[in-house]
Amino acid sequence: MSAPLKPLPAWADVALIPLVNVAAAFFISGLVVLAIGENPLEAVKLLIVGALGDLEGIGFTLYYATSFIFTGLAVAICFHAGLFNIGVEGQAYVAGLGAALVSLYLGAFLPGYSLAIVAILAGALFGAAFAAIPGYLQAKRDAHIVITTIMFNYVASALMGYLLVDVLRTPGQMNAETPGFPHYGDVPQFHELLKPLGIHWPVTPFNLTFLLALACAFGVWALIWRTRLGYAIRAVGANPTAAIYGGISPARVVIVTTLLSGALAGGMAANVILGEEHRLILEYTAGFGFVGIAVALMGRAHPAGIVLAAILFGVLYQGGAELAFDKPKISRDMIVVIQGLVVLFAGALEHMFRRPVAALLARRTTQPPI
Amino acid sequence: MDPQASAAPAIELIGIDKRFGAVHANSNVNLKIERGVIHGVVGENGAGKSTLMSILYGFYEADAGEIQINGKPVRIRSSREAIDHGIGMVHQHFMLVQPLSVLENVMLGAEGGPLLAGGAKAIRKKLSELGAEYGLQVDPDAIVGELPVGLQQRVEILKALVRGAEILVLDEPTAVLTPPEADQLFDMLRVLKRQNKTILFITHKLREIMDLADRVSVMRRGEIVATYETAATSPPQLADAMVGRKVILKIDKGPAHPGGVALEARDLVVLDDRGVARVQGVSFALREGEILGLAGVAGNGQSELLEALAGIRPIASGEILVDGRPLPPLAFDARAMRALGVGHIPEDRQRVGLVMPFEACESAMLGFHRQPAFGQGVFFSRSAIIADAARLMEAFDVRPRAPLLKTANFSGGNQQKIVLAREIDHNPRIMLIGQPTRGVDIGAIEFIHKRIVAERDAGKAILLVSVELDEIFALSDRIAVLCGGRITGERNPDQTDAQDLGLLMAGVSERAA
Amino acid sequence: MEGFDAFIVVFGSGLRLAVPLILACLAGLWSERSGIVDIGLEGKMLVGAFAGAAIATFTGDPWTGLLAGVAASVLVSLIHGYASIDQRANQIVSGTAINMVADGLTALIGNAVWSQGGRTPQLPDSALFHAIDLPFAQSFGGVPILGPIYRHLISGHDIVTYFAFALVPLTYWALYSTRFGLRLRAVGENPAAVDTAGISVRALRYSAVVICGVLVGLSGVYLSLAQAAYFQPHMSAGKGFIALAALVFAKWRPWPALATCLLFGFLDALSIRLQGMVLPGIGPVPVQAIEALPYLLTVVLLAGFIGKATPPRASGIPYVKER
Repeated sequence: MSAPLKPLPAWADVALIPLVNVAAAFFISGLVVLAIGENPLEAVKLLIVGALGDLEGIGFTLYYATSFIFTGLAVAICFHAGLFNIGVEGQAYVAGLGAALVSLYLGAFLPGYSLAIVAILAGALFGAAFAAIPGYLQAKRDAHIVITTIMFNYVASALMGYLLVDVLRTPGQMNAETPGFPHYGDVPQFHELLKPLGIHWPVTPFNLTFLLALACAFGVWALIWRTRLGYAIRAVGANPTAAIYGGISPARVVIVTTLLSGALAGGMAANVILGEEHRLILEYTAGFGFVGIAVALMGRAHPAGIVLAAILFGVLYQGGAELAFDKPKISRDMIVVIQGLVVLFAGALEHMFRRPVAALLARRTTQPPI
Repeated sequence: MDPQASAAPAIELIGIDKRFGAVHANSNVNLKIERGVIHGVVGENGAGKSTLMSILYGFYEADAGEIQINGKPVRIRSSREAIDHGIGMVHQHFMLVQPLSVLENVMLGAEGGPLLAGGAKAIRKKLSELGAEYGLQVDPDAIVGELPVGLQQRVEILKALVRGAEILVLDEPTAVLTPPEADQLFDMLRVLKRQNKTILFITHKLREIMDLADRVSVMRRGEIVATYETAATSPPQLADAMVGRKVILKIDKGPAHPGGVALEARDLVVLDDRGVARVQGVSFALREGEILGLAGVAGNGQSELLEALAGIRPIASGEILVDGRPLPPLAFDARAMRALGVGHIPEDRQRVGLVMPFEACESAMLGFHRQPAFGQGVFFSRSAIIADAARLMEAFDVRPRAPLLKTANFSGGNQQKIVLAREIDHNPRIMLIGQPTRGVDIGAIEFIHKRIVAERDAGKAILLVSVELDEIFALSDRIAVLCGGRITGERNPDQTDAQDLGLLMAGVSERAA
Repeated sequence: MEGFDAFIVVFGSGLRLAVPLILACLAGLWSERSGIVDIGLEGKMLVGAFAGAAIATFTGDPWTGLLAGVAASVLVSLIHGYASIDQRANQIVSGTAINMVADGLTALIGNAVWSQGGRTPQLPDSALFHAIDLPFAQSFGGVPILGPIYRHLISGHDIVTYFAFALVPLTYWALYSTRFGLRLRAVGENPAAVDTAGISVRALRYSAVVICGVLVGLSGVYLSLAQAAYFQPHMSAGKGFIALAALVFAKWRPWPALATCLLFGFLDALSIRLQGMVLPGIGPVPVQAIEALPYLLTVVLLAGFIGKATPPRASGIPYVKER
């Protein structure tokens, strides 16, 4: 048995260790780039210029980041309740259906912006409903949520495939996608909003959903740390026995948390389906639900950290696309590698550097016992 | 006395010392176990018995000291080495693989080759021999998880014997057994003793020691404080040695003025997590303005009773009444009990009563977090929460006075005070208090005791569970003794003494006495 | 007779589709029976497929490809083992990481080396595993009913397929008739019992993780060197997760694992066969419903609506020595 770990000072716990973990992920990524015969530093430069070098790049970066904030928050809120929701990908996908159905069929009844608002809510509702099934099965039937959410990703994929290919597809169209939505139901993009103000922003998919994402991040923070429900969620996640002692029902908390998680996943539909594509397309989530896992782990399940991590991943996705254009050898798959390494080092191996860091700190400072 | 007792002892522990951080689990333990003898070790929970046995079985290495087997010093660094030295252990939580058969469990680690077929044959033969020799029959093809607990334990014993154990260590072997199963176990152990096996038997139940052991050693706070020939000792003497004498100042306490019945239990039966009935038909009535002390050796159903009354453990049968109104047996929980004015200071405050990653101020409202005082509407009022925690910390002298510090960063004693403060402050009409001074330093004990008496004087109905006899005497207006899940007697503290209670705690019920 | 031929064709194709599932499912079985949850089967399958195809491209020989695929998969397995056993990590997180890295890295390297969007070059026939005709396949094939069954279902598969099927009784035997199997089953249920019997929990779990790596690596090699003749990004297409579902459905037992994988493979073949077919009165066959069936069945089973799938009791829990 190994000796117990010495307690680290708070700043090392909150900032240093996570930074070291993420740095390790990026260091290994650099070695990968080196191994395929490219210069990592040059790659980083191209990536940053591509993502942040001009307003167009920034627009795309923030557009991607918006989706990542939603999926990251969806994963993180479950972390707080001690749950691992791998199904954000499928929940966001099904949420797209809710948004699409409203946009396609209720346009006649909902004038002006109300269509977009109802569509966003419908997306959240569908995402929540799809997440609630594994949540319910975990709470009441003891079916492990990791396995059920994995399975539900594939169920979502099959369901949506069926609907898009056989039911909702525009007749005569080859692509598996719905017809376009009425335009007044779009979530406005920033370049349109800024034009009347005399500000020129290049055409990018960056849209108002970004503000909704920031509001949700703030909302999740407030929920988790400032409300009774958040209190119950954290209690169940940290110590279910004490939660029961405190009169909190873990089963109820698990169901409510998965509902909220699914609703947050649904925010991605607002960004991509209502803010950019204006139609529902096959596999529109493109793995962004899984990026949420990396974002949540890197952001340490704190909304502020998640927003930062989401923007970083936005940089990686946008800059990665530019990088792949300039350096065809570094395809966009590199970003998935980085994402996986972040999950590995910030998640699975999060304590690997604890001991060395603690030893290093102990050598440098003789700290008083806490 | 056994003639072989004059030879080298089967086991001798010399100066064994073991620390876990600040906890001194074993301090300078010296223990001699003669061959062919049943030697009991008694002590309360946390007295260091299990640590000592883990050292003997190679789970831990002692920081200092020596182990001798048959007079030869040995080092035991792993279970494998313990087995090689002829030590077999029957753990309190069986080390059995539930879905495997008896045969497979016995074979595990003694397969006799890379293929099972050959070894299986030999072990089958051995099992039937042992079954005949010691009366330890069990179907080798039965699935262990489907066997009753008593038979599972028999499998544990067989595992040790198949490996050629000469010394058998049993850690709280009757904790999970019904009385008839325990009697069967004792018969088995007597047979083993006749075959010159050495048996080390750990328990906190005095009756079992008197029944079974030739000798008994008492452990308290990591030390062996006494060793007796069983024939020359008595349960009260053992109880006294186990509990020891805490310095408890006499509290100035006026007479009680009991009012109406606030909390009543009728024929309560409560199961533990494994489904064993730990409370077997307990009835009592608790009045306002009195302290009912529930005495007993730990593990006799106090914990389960307290949890059931607090609404965090379901009751199997019986009734709980608050203010004369029966509660629906399935539809009440901790929240409902708090709403009825029942406060609960759990025995294991750190694990049950607190959430370690929470800020102290958050832990300080656990269970009361729905109250409007902590914020109207959806949101908490942080200032109200922090102010309330600061007030509690001041009143109960929690140090440091840092409502925003993580609960885990407080010392154990101060964590306890957070729970006490929270539960007392919310002014429940009925208080369930478990081991109020366990793990609390001497200085805080008097403070806590005074506080409990003050609550009584304010008309609260208080149920006090404690394994500290002095605490029971100092605080109680009535004393009920729990043994084996039943109340074995009730006493007026002025008309009883430790010896009298010791008999009740040992299960010598009034009628028999 | 036409129906029978169609049955033979669909069943034969189901059988071939079941092979990677069987290998991956047994891989998962070894790992999870030892207490290490492995949701990284998908990623390891990709790694095996990629390394197999990549090396076979250079050597022109399927066996070196197989060795490389297996070795690469074992390496990844060991990373998961290190995280799970030594670092006491969350095994779900570790598996997720492995799936991501494998998915990205195989495509990235494939693209960097061959510049075909991650696809490796088409392999020549000599670099692939070939169908083996069992004796009398041609002559006996003419016999009605039994002939086609022998010729198309029993004969005419490659060596990896035969190995996969042989692996089921082998796994069963190893699990239930050997010392290693007994200890492995025990360690997944109650590691403390194994530890107190004087057996190393760590060594057992590492062995299991390596076996898992070998088998799931083989399933990947089968994808690129037998089913296809190249590696293509994401070519495992969720098979690792279907294998995981099959493992749950089979309640972590070898023979039911075979049956479940065959069922899932058959469903897969059926959905391919029915693609685009129009049933009178119903319209196009919703093949997606058949595709989703394995996942739905697994969830229903997990929830205890039909029987109950209880995983090995210690799976997913790092072993920490306690008093």
